[in-house]
Amino acid sequence: MARLAYGLAALVAVGAAALGLHGMFGGAFTLRVGWLVPLGGLQLTLDPLAGFFLLVIAVGVAPASVYAIGSAGGARRGLGAYLVFVVSMCLVPLAANMMTFAIAWELMSLASYLLVLHERESRESLRAGWVYAVMTHAGLACLLAGMMLLGAWTGSSEFADWRAAAPGLGGGARSVAFVLLALGFAGKAGVIPLHVWLPLAHPAAPSHVSALMSGVMIKLGVYGLLRASFDWLGAGPPWWGVAVLIVGAVSSVIGVLYALVEHDLKKLLAFHSIENIGIILIGIGAGLLYQGAGLEALALLGVVAALYHTLNHAAFKALLFLGAGAVVHATGTRNIEEMGGLIKRMPWTAACFLVGSAAISALPPLNGFVSEWLTFLALLQNTHLARPSLSLAFALGIAGLALTGGLAMACFVKAFGITFLALPRSEAAARAHEAPPSMRIAMVLLAVTCVALGLGPTWVVPALATVAGALLGNTTPVAFGDWLTLRVSDGFATGSALAIAAALGVALVALPLGLRVAGASRRRRAYETWGCGRIGQTARMEYTATAFANPFKRVFDFLYRPTKKLDIDFHPESRFFVERIEYENPTRSIFDDWLYRPVLDGLSGVARAARAIQSGSANLYLAYILAVLLIMLVLA
Amino acid sequence: MIAAIAVAVAQVIVVGAGAPLLVGVLRTLKARLVGRRGPSPWQPYADLRKLLAKEVVVSTTTSWIFRATPYVLAATMLVASLIVPVFLARPPLAFPGDVILLMYLFLLGTFFLALAGLDAGSAFGGMGSSREVAVAALAEPTIIVAVFALAMRAETIDLARVVERFSREPLLAANPAHLLAFAAFFIVMLAETGRLPVDNPATHLELTMIHEAMVLEYSGRYLALVEWASAMKLCLFMTLLANLFFPWGAGGLTGPAAIPLGVLVLAGKLVLLVIALAVLETTVAKLRLFRVPELLAGSFALAILSVMAVVLV
Amino acid sequence: MLRQLWTALRTGIVTEPPARVSDLERVGERLAAEITRAFGRSLHIRQVDAGSPNCCEIEISGLTGPHYDLERFGLHFVASPRHADCLLVTGPVTRNMAEPLRRTWEATPDPKLVIAVGDCGRDGGLFRGSYAVAGGVADVIPVDAVIPGCPPSPAALLAGLLDAIRRRR
Repeated sequence: MARLAYGLAALVAVGAAALGLHGMFGGAFTLRVGWLVPLGGLQLTLDPLAGFFLLVIAVGVAPASVYAIGSAGGARRGLGAYLVFVVSMCLVPLAANMMTFAIAWELMSLASYLLVLHERESRESLRAGWVYAVMTHAGLACLLAGMMLLGAWTGSSEFADWRAAAPGLGGGARSVAFVLLALGFAGKAGVIPLHVWLPLAHPAAPSHVSALMSGVMIKLGVYGLLRASFDWLGAGPPWWGVAVLIVGAVSSVIGVLYALVEHDLKKLLAFHSIENIGIILIGIGAGLLYQGAGLEALALLGVVAALYHTLNHAAFKALLFLGAGAVVHATGTRNIEEMGGLIKRMPWTAACFLVGSAAISALPPLNGFVSEWLTFLALLQNTHLARPSLSLAFALGIAGLALTGGLAMACFVKAFGITFLALPRSEAAARAHEAPPSMRIAMVLLAVTCVALGLGPTWVVPALATVAGALLGNTTPVAFGDWLTLRVSDGFATGSALAIAAALGVALVALPLGLRVAGASRRRRAYETWGCGRIGQTARMEYTATAFANPFKRVFDFLYRPTKKLDIDFHPESRFFVERIEYENPTRSIFDDWLYRPVLDGLSGVARAARAIQSGSANLYLAYILAVLLIMLVLA
Repeated sequence: MIAAIAVAVAQVIVVGAGAPLLVGVLRTLKARLVGRRGPSPWQPYADLRKLLAKEVVVSTTTSWIFRATPYVLAATMLVASLIVPVFLARPPLAFPGDVILLMYLFLLGTFFLALAGLDAGSAFGGMGSSREVAVAALAEPTIIVAVFALAMRAETIDLARVVERFSREPLLAANPAHLLAFAAFFIVMLAETGRLPVDNPATHLELTMIHEAMVLEYSGRYLALVEWASAMKLCLFMTLLANLFFPWGAGGLTGPAAIPLGVLVLAGKLVLLVIALAVLETTVAKLRLFRVPELLAGSFALAILSVMAVVLV
Repeated sequence: MLRQLWTALRTGIVTEPPARVSDLERVGERLAAEITRAFGRSLHIRQVDAGSPNCCEIEISGLTGPHYDLERFGLHFVASPRHADCLLVTGPVTRNMAEPLRRTWEATPDPKLVIAVGDCGRDGGLFRGSYAVAGGVADVIPVDAVIPGCPPSPAALLAGLLDAIRRRR
């Protein structure tokens, strides 16, 4: 039963991929079923952007479903919600009017909410579900408000009509709609400071669902942002772009910084999703700014970079979550401080996780590098804007992106190194076992996707350029070099992933051969790790994840605001003998303390004040009704 | 095509074969500055040859990552030497990349080396890895922003075209931004290649090490590869610094004499940089580890100032 | 910084001029030639203190200073036995240090040299017979050469290194 359902989901994904590719290369259709949905009927339209996001969904859903066959076993809990989740995600990009969109969007949120509550016995899950429900519905409220305003102003609930009528709206109206829609979509995408649900909800769900939530679902927020800013509203004032660019840069840096001090493997990955959404937003922000300035080719480059990173992130984040799921499955813990040495017991998982780690750290020749490179190229050409004041915003975006790249590399050295290398740090890690075949197949599929997307930008970029061109309404096609070399902006930069990969390959083959020709000794002897002659090596001598992240904790202490708690029990006879040391060095979230705490306190304060008028007496309530009626009569 | 490949191979050979000499000259100069006679400049070659003849002792705790890392590290440096303009502005195989690719290639090497540091499960290795990635991560924004300052004036980030542009129009370099970007880049070079005041390449004290702590486990041919790779990294960074900021010579040469002449010009520029580095290393003390971020933040400020100088001047 | 540099340039090289300590220079030259033959003019030394009272260490650290400057002969002290070709072991081997010394020897890749330094390193010296001492270095690991002295002077250390390499051949 469970296998059948997950198999069905995988089939849906294959169908979505086919449909998506069809849409990306110009296939289009519109489906209307008037009676099915109130207020305008069900309306689905396939266009290149929708096609691209269907493909992104398929890239995540197909392996995740194959993986679930192995990881979920015969468990039936969450089966229905999973299927609804997958189908509603596919419907979101296709929706072509307000009601269809809202229903698909809400179904997706509800289904994922149920999946977050998978382990509903644990308090942690309940809290995660609650925060997720509140945040996602606050976002929905913003979205609906924005959409209803647009609907009221344009007199239609169909997206096609908005596209036609929006340029005619006043600047203020369009900005209000933009802010509301952007807030709603950014909440779903997990942009800072609306990210609080993400590190709670993603780890709580089963791993194949986490992979989908992090790899795919939050991308639909990106989809919405692209749709709203480029399609529905058209080119806006520069501050839209600046806002998106800065928010993206802040999200990427802060997301990766929180990931660095996080030792729960799935939470760490969730924070990296915030970072990667930030990188995508940087591309979109650059695109918006160039579009506003009429620089078509550069706007296209920014959007292509964002789309490429969207696809890449779906691949490597799904891969990493599936790998993390296999590790959690094998060790029974999410805390990387209790892992270690898994590369020997789980070689497949380790190899796949390594590919994912290198890809997300933007290391050549994998896919993350290509999209970050394109984003850099979009940012670096801002001198064409001829507005020096904007250059500084771009410089901050560039610096943020560069810092993110370095920090992500540092974080994945930690994530991979502490989890998979050295000696196991716990009994469970020492007894770990490799994942079953279906889980391995899913991970290998995604690892291959990462490599292929890294080696084939010369094929992927032109395809994405057609999608972006359709979205931006570009008329002139942009050339991107030949099959071997990507030439961006008439030789501003050139790059060839294939040539680099080939050169690396040749060097890797030539070096051992060269050593042999040079007559190098080939003797190898195994002996214990050098520890200054100390006797015996245990996992307690290893560097921990906490220690590894400590330099960052000290450098960025204004953000982490670490608190230190040292508790020592001395021997009753002498203070020179210690019986027990307890050391805690947790970090605090400035967003919880400075944003959410005051807002929530304010809300509950207002609610407490409102309690004063709730006495429970029917007479008093009748008096209220009378008073309100009187006031309304006077006002009318 | 054959000529193109020949030039590419020549470039790899110049970097690969010249890098140990660069390190040797640097060590000799530093010894002379503290009144020692010091080792011969050719000493690194002797060290490498000896290491190749020795057996390798590998920790039983390690995995394939530890054994693959020296090769990956050396391979990234060899590929990087195809990208950097060494003695010609436009190396024939220059199409694959630009300065961003170059920096991420270096990061690829750092990624593997840091993993190898963790692989043996020794506290020294973990400490070295943690510090190395911290320094690398904090140095990254400076590099890219400094490059941005250059790219704004050269209107490209293609290394070959930057060098060509600056050697064709020397007046472009007559800008305070150029100097600021150079200073920022120089500091980053110190951090990335593990020189004083960020890391002391000659230290024997595990607790003060950064780079050395990660490679404590390596021996024999693996150590030879790692040492060779870090020499190449220093050489590549210096070459980049020399050719990006003082492009004279590298850009304009053509004809059959171009390669030997280009190598000579490069050697001259490198000697000047090596002297500057040796003087700096003998006159400054190593910074406390937690002061290093301040130095890197300073270099980042220089890079941002350089961007502003381009905008304003 | 400038003053420091000026001092350095004015002082010049203080590594001993051949006329003054001609003996040492000759030993060094011969040593360099020997190292060239055995290790290709590169010998990396890991110093191991197996319980020494530190007199030998002071003499050894004299080798690295500007006066004796052993680096000019291709010798170099390293931070890990994995990097070393030669273990320079000082002191009587105390019972607690016997096992670490054995492990250090195992951790050093072949081909390798072991040189026991000082009278204590030879046979326990002053401390021979103590309940805390396991004996000389040779009682724990195979020794290629001994440099006697209490402590041996840097010049004697250089001569001893030469001797060790010659005997190995």
